[in-house]
Amino acid sequence: MRYLVKYGVMFVVLVLAQVLLFNQVHFRGYLTPFVYILFVMLLPVSAPRYLLLITGFFIGLAIDIFSNSLGMHTAATTFIAFIRPWIIRAISNRDEDRLEYPGLKQNTFTWFLYYTIFMVFSHHLVLFFLEFFTFTNFLVTLFRVILSSLFSVIIIILSQFLIFRD
Amino acid sequence: MSSLFRYLLKHHAFVLFILLETLALVMVFNYNSFQKASYLNSANRLSGNIYQSFNSVTGYFGLIRVNRELAGENARLRMLLENQPVQPDSLKYLTSGSDTIIRYFPAKVINNSVSRSFNYITLDRGSRHGIKRDQGIISAGGIVGIVAQVSDSYSMGLSVLNRRWSVSAKVKKSGAYGALTWPGENYRIARLSEIPLHVDIEIGDTIVTSGYSSVFPEGIMVGTIDRFTRPGGENYYQIDVLLSVDFKTVSHVEVVEIRNKEELKALEYLPERQ
Repeated sequence: MRYLVKYGVMFVVLVLAQVLLFNQVHFRGYLTPFVYILFVMLLPVSAPRYLLLITGFFIGLAIDIFSNSLGMHTAATTFIAFIRPWIIRAISNRDEDRLEYPGLKQNTFTWFLYYTIFMVFSHHLVLFFLEFFTFTNFLVTLFRVILSSLFSVIIIILSQFLIFRD
Repeated sequence: MSSLFRYLLKHHAFVLFILLETLALVMVFNYNSFQKASYLNSANRLSGNIYQSFNSVTGYFGLIRVNRELAGENARLRMLLENQPVQPDSLKYLTSGSDTIIRYFPAKVINNSVSRSFNYITLDRGSRHGIKRDQGIISAGGIVGIVAQVSDSYSMGLSVLNRRWSVSAKVKKSGAYGALTWPGENYRIARLSEIPLHVDIEIGDTIVTSGYSSVFPEGIMVGTIDRFTRPGGENYYQIDVLLSVDFKTVSHVEVVEIRNKEELKALEYLPERQ
């Protein structure tokens, strides 16, 4: 029950912050940070996979409805929700205790940095190629993916110092 | 059969992933029918309300600029009005005005984007204010977009910065017309194609709407020629147009209704139907 309220509030706050605040940021005309994927990142480590996938699907859908990009964010968040267990497994040491809450405070800074980079990059890769694949050439899109990922990673790490501290 | 179930249960995450991902991709590729069908766009009541209340706060920050723009537009319109030759015969108005009635509805932009490859714009007016699909959206600076979806009190439109849309535009000086599209890199630059090489164009020439699309009246400002090239082996220029509207700051717009549009459309599509 406590989880339900906590993640419910987080869902609403992140969706609103994304569509009202971060979607209005157009650094250099085209760089927009996607911070809402924190929701998928911060779900409990032991959360069942079907729950990961379903919540990932719906937060993507919520962003899509607000930004008229039907399906694109949904596909990207569903994808990172699917690969999240492998990412966590890949960057965690075997002897390290895996904590329940994959936040910055609960883990080392390097661990969280790697976690954020892998999650953000996978998300942006799917998102940008769905948005551009028929038109622009591969390298331009990849360049955008890398720049935007960098931007998003910085904002997500900063947000961990400012708000999601518990 | 039971082994199939056991297999599905064992790999339920993968099966669910494939299902949801397929659903998402279907939505991406059939965006049109999905957006049309339901509440899956920003003109729905919830997102419209959220955008509007947020905008009622942030709207204050741009007031100085908005006022300056409106005063400029007022001055321009007043000048046009004063310099209009007086027509004492009102019959002329009645007869010439009766077949094409153009109406403008004021609206406010409550959400907008410029950084994606399909940029949309959300307005705070909907069907109960008279907004319908396929009406043009213009601002004091020039064309902005076209209405795509309408709900009760909000509407959503494609902006010029959307690669799923093109509009017919012409070079004001010569009248040669072509298709205006957005290549997707720079939010200030659109591309005008299909202008044949024999037409004289120069950097700085004005581009306006052609009036052929029955979405916009003729002569609405689009932008000016920024630069142009002649791609080898083609008979057409490739023209970069500097858009006159700065989409980052667009806030107050007008939605254009052309009253005889239905009749015009019916007439234009008549041969195809037979």
